[in-house]
Amino acid sequence: MRVTVPPNPFDHLMKYAQTLSNGDTREQIVSAIFRTSQEICNETVTYTKPSKQYETERLDRIVTSKLWGFPIMLAMLAVVIYLTIAGANIPSSMLANFFGWIEGYLTFAFEKLHAPDWLYGILVLGLYRGTAWVVSVMLPPMAIFFPIFALLENYGYLPRVAFNMDRLFKKSGAHGKQSLTMAMGFGCNAAAIMSTRIIESPRERMLAILTNNFVPCNGRWPTLILLASLFMAAGYTGGWKTFVTAGVVVAMVLFGIVVTLTVSWVLSKTALRGVPTHYTLELPPYRRPKIWDTIVRATLDKSVYVLKRAVAVAAPAGVLTWILANIHIGNTTVLAYIAHSLDPFAHQLGLDGYILMAFILGLPANEIVLPILLMGYLSTGALTEVDSLHDLKQIFLDHGWTWLTALNMMLFSLLHYPCGTTLINIYKETKSKKWTFIAFALPTGIAIAVTFLTTHIIQWLGLI
Amino acid sequence: MTTNEYTIALAGNPNTGKSTLFNLLTGLRQHTGNWPGKTVVHAEGFFTYKDKQYKIIDLPGTYSLYSNSADEEVARDFIIFEKPDVTIVVLDATALERNLNLALQVLEMTNRVIVCVNLMDEAKKKGIRIDIAKLAKKLGVPVVPISARNEEGIDELLDTIDLMIRGAIQTKPIVIPYSRSIEEKIAKLLPLVKEIVGDKYPARWIALRLLDGDTSLLDALKQENHHSFKEVARYASNRSAKSV
Repeated sequence: MRVTVPPNPFDHLMKYAQTLSNGDTREQIVSAIFRTSQEICNETVTYTKPSKQYETERLDRIVTSKLWGFPIMLAMLAVVIYLTIAGANIPSSMLANFFGWIEGYLTFAFEKLHAPDWLYGILVLGLYRGTAWVVSVMLPPMAIFFPIFALLENYGYLPRVAFNMDRLFKKSGAHGKQSLTMAMGFGCNAAAIMSTRIIESPRERMLAILTNNFVPCNGRWPTLILLASLFMAAGYTGGWKTFVTAGVVVAMVLFGIVVTLTVSWVLSKTALRGVPTHYTLELPPYRRPKIWDTIVRATLDKSVYVLKRAVAVAAPAGVLTWILANIHIGNTTVLAYIAHSLDPFAHQLGLDGYILMAFILGLPANEIVLPILLMGYLSTGALTEVDSLHDLKQIFLDHGWTWLTALNMMLFSLLHYPCGTTLINIYKETKSKKWTFIAFALPTGIAIAVTFLTTHIIQWLGLI
Repeated sequence: MTTNEYTIALAGNPNTGKSTLFNLLTGLRQHTGNWPGKTVVHAEGFFTYKDKQYKIIDLPGTYSLYSNSADEEVARDFIIFEKPDVTIVVLDATALERNLNLALQVLEMTNRVIVCVNLMDEAKKKGIRIDIAKLAKKLGVPVVPISARNEEGIDELLDTIDLMIRGAIQTKPIVIPYSRSIEEKIAKLLPLVKEIVGDKYPARWIALRLLDGDTSLLDALKQENHHSFKEVARYASNRSAKSV
């Protein structure tokens, strides 16, 4: 064997090594390492309380059992959302009242100073009122939901969720680890896209990337919870109302998971064909989290982070929408003009032009969709003071909302394109414009199709 | 204060409290969670101890370094190519045996290792006792018991880092004995590997990876050495070609 111009010494070394190697080299290497670990441990580790070793296993036998795994998971989700909704109502009203009270003084001060109307309009009616709404409706649910979620995460429950879901993912032709990345998506889709790196095969990784945004992230939980509590349990009162609301949000999450599995299944039979690879999912031991630490950190880091993003965009958006709503083209304002031009299409989806506009302008971050929508509505003359959550519902009702509008907005929020940050991460991870575009277009198509069908079927059935 | 900056890599299985330790050392607040696969890209932070500047890198948590997935490659490449001044392998005291597998793999790659047994409080509760001194002797590198979330043992860890940086600690990492057939193959490859990589990379480890057919490492090596090995390329490849 002779090569005249060798490209690289390593290639030859590798070829040579391959001639030496036989099929089970890796196994021999790994088993030697395992044996060494075992020998070291035998000499250095002693167990004084043998029964304690199996606590995690005992608990796991229940929470990951075929019989109890899913019911426990659903119950947990329902309880978390129930607590969030039940707990958020009162602080939300209190915040709203507080902001309304301040607004009185602001108005008084502007009058005293003889400030021009346009300045009062921009600063108080646009900027202040919009921001106040966002803070009062979004902060309380987040301050309850995120800490509870973080406690479950730190205790080690989320990997069990993944373990339960694992079988379903394998059946849909995807990698079992996708259940982990999906679970991470409940926090933040952009981070979950990065976490798909734990999936070895590019095909399965792509499946995980393309379907990740079908579970609601931090930015979308508040929208879902708020709309469900305002519209979905109108006929009920008291505890039942909260219960039904929580049920609707749980149903949304389940629907998102069904879509995830269905899309994975379809893709694994068509564009991303292949057999799921085998792997073992490691379940970490349960650990009692540092409770106060977790709560404080989740509240401060996550809630404040999401709120900051919402307010940072809501504030200028408030000013911008106020201006757009007050510049006239002929008889109509610029804002109304844009919204109306979107109306025909939006109505097909059971939405209206303002909602669609909010989703389009909300591309950078899901947190800001609701704020933009409120700004849009508030600027159309339905000038409601921030007073109570009842008024908030009135704003929506004044714009022709029904429970179907709320349902469609929830569905659209759940299914539509990933936020800007997530798309950027998808591009970074796939390095492909084509797949990034598909990651944008596929969910959007599904969101449009689902809301279109929902609207038309419900109208056809005469349910509304 | 010296202007030198030392690099420390944090390696370990997922879920061993690496990120907690990282946050503790750097004062940063990287997200932590009981959650495998949480750190997928490495996070960087800085701290100062005894007038020395340290850059610390939190590598993705992995069970092995055999380039099964992107995160394992990230961790492996960092240790091999960036050559951190110290690599800290964080182990879970409650699952030592499983965790040691990764530590052994790191010890094959570098001798500048400190093994950090974390979650000592948890282990104590579960009635697990670990003979730290014996473990250190077996592994041939310093072993420091800590509890990152209770901030216990951190001073000792920092002192050990300082001593290692100053060259006051001599390590002699354990050499994992492989089966006879593997050892024979290693013996055949070793001189050839040494000829090409010299002291730049751990020869025994590279020989093992070659036997394992790890093409991704090979690609990484090629890129790394594109320039430095042009001259020896012809000679070395003729050599290896002859011996085939």
